Amino acid sequence: MILFDNVTKFYFDDAPPAVEGVTLSIKPGEFVSIVGHSGAGKTTLLKMLFAEVFPTQGSVFFGDHEIPRLSTRELLKLRRNIGTVFQDFRLLPTKNVYENIAFALEVAGKSDEDIQADVPHVLDLVGLGEKIWSFPHELSGGEQQRVAIARALVNQPDVLIADEPTGNLDPINAHDVVEILKRINDLGTTVLLTTHNKAVVDSVGRRVVTMDQGKVVRDDPHGTYVL
Amino acid sequence: MSLWTNVKRVSRYGFIGFIRNGLVSVAAVFILIIALFFQANLMISNAAMTQTLEELKQKVGITAYFQPTATEDQVMATKQALEALPEVALVTYTSRDQALADFRERHANDQLTLQALDELGENPLGASLDVQAKEPSQYETIATFLDARQTEGTSGIDKVNYSDNRLAIERLGAIIDSSQKNGITKEIILGICALIIVFNTIRLTIYTARDEIGVMNLVGAGHWYVRGPFLVGGMFYGLIAAVIVLVLMYPILRFYPVLIGLDPTAEILFGSFDSFGYYIDNFVLFFFSIVGAGIGLGVVSSYLSVRRYLKM
Repeated sequence: MILFDNVTKFYFDDAPPAVEGVTLSIKPGEFVSIVGHSGAGKTTLLKMLFAEVFPTQGSVFFGDHEIPRLSTRELLKLRRNIGTVFQDFRLLPTKNVYENIAFALEVAGKSDEDIQADVPHVLDLVGLGEKIWSFPHELSGGEQQRVAIARALVNQPDVLIADEPTGNLDPINAHDVVEILKRINDLGTTVLLTTHNKAVVDSVGRRVVTMDQGKVVRDDPHGTYVL
Repeated sequence: MSLWTNVKRVSRYGFIGFIRNGLVSVAAVFILIIALFFQANLMISNAAMTQTLEELKQKVGITAYFQPTATEDQVMATKQALEALPEVALVTYTSRDQALADFRERHANDQLTLQALDELGENPLGASLDVQAKEPSQYETIATFLDARQTEGTSGIDKVNYSDNRLAIERLGAIIDSSQKNGITKEIILGICALIIVFNTIRLTIYTARDEIGVMNLVGAGHWYVRGPFLVGGMFYGLIAAVIVLVLMYPILRFYPVLIGLDPTAEILFGSFDSFGYYIDNFVLFFFSIVGAGIGLGVVSSYLSVRRYLKM
């Protein structure tokens, strides 16, 4: 389903590559944790999947699509098919919880009736049904992250990318978020998770890809966090 | 999804953004108000200048005085010859009798002069022709023409007063020329300044939303869907600023024109120009110019500012 084909990414000509010669294949329905120190290339690898950066060499495939060759219109469509969750939540600060999630549905072309039905439903799924009219600044970090997950999920994407989703959370909230990700994966969505957090990786107990200095140094189908 | 649904959603987000970013919106509207006041001021100053210059132009002219012995046919021949000149806008004939009547009226309180006139027994005044040129620069040609006729000796012309007025006419010509050129230059320079200030203010309001634009990109929103609410916001800035300016112009022009730069000395300079009356009479023109400029500035500035943050 997803294939990183010998990808290398240079941000600057005179600096070492952020990602170097990575080949990685991910099947539908997998839960893959990508671990490594800061600067190991985890985030760059994920960014290439939702076309925020493009590889300098090699290519990235999503299904039948070669991402660097897609037009702007096709890339926007691809992004609607990939849910993204980040360490800094990236919610729309001037929109309330309902509007944040509705926005993702609107750009996917859903009708007002569908949106009114889907938003409360997905919020119940992440346990935030009561906070539907709150603004992001009125929520705790854990709650904001759950809104971000709800937004990523609401279009029923094929893939959910979670880039350090527990980085700003306390252990209890981090545990809750991982449980939600596991549940989403159980429902058939492919999940790509990057993290520094050993407890998180160990609790997932699925495939672990370890990166170091831009390269994949270990790919363990039932791994734990080893650096 | 229909275009109408998109327009509805984009407009709603534009309005919501405008309300929720209250302070930023107020700042943008405030700057636009200043720019639009400036535009209104320019429109009024231009009208005042044009009207005053027109009035001055009409006040200046050449007068050809005829000898008292000149016949009406001689005067009329000169009048027709003048009217045939392309430079001449208007020739006004004052007959001997009319000249006498005007003289008596002018000196109605001066018994001594009137008595002296009565003692003369006959009308000592000649007929005259007041000539107005289309442009101040054309008086020279007309004066040369009249001087030539005077030299011929058959026209009955006694005196042409161009040389008396010459300096005033030439200076007026120079003032009209330079004020029109200066007016245009001033308008262009100040217009560019206003544009830059408004553009930068709106760019700042959008700079505060740059992360939001990034998130919208990330969830796959099309460029127009991201841009739309900001354009609607820019439209609101312009519309609200324009309405405030149009409303405030009324009391300002009525009671305190100095507030928008029309100071009392300008009023003296512009003589009889009634800025308040001009505003009321031309309200439709002001409405469309100010509202158009406000919305245009808001929307174009927003468009250019958002473009910077639209990746891909």
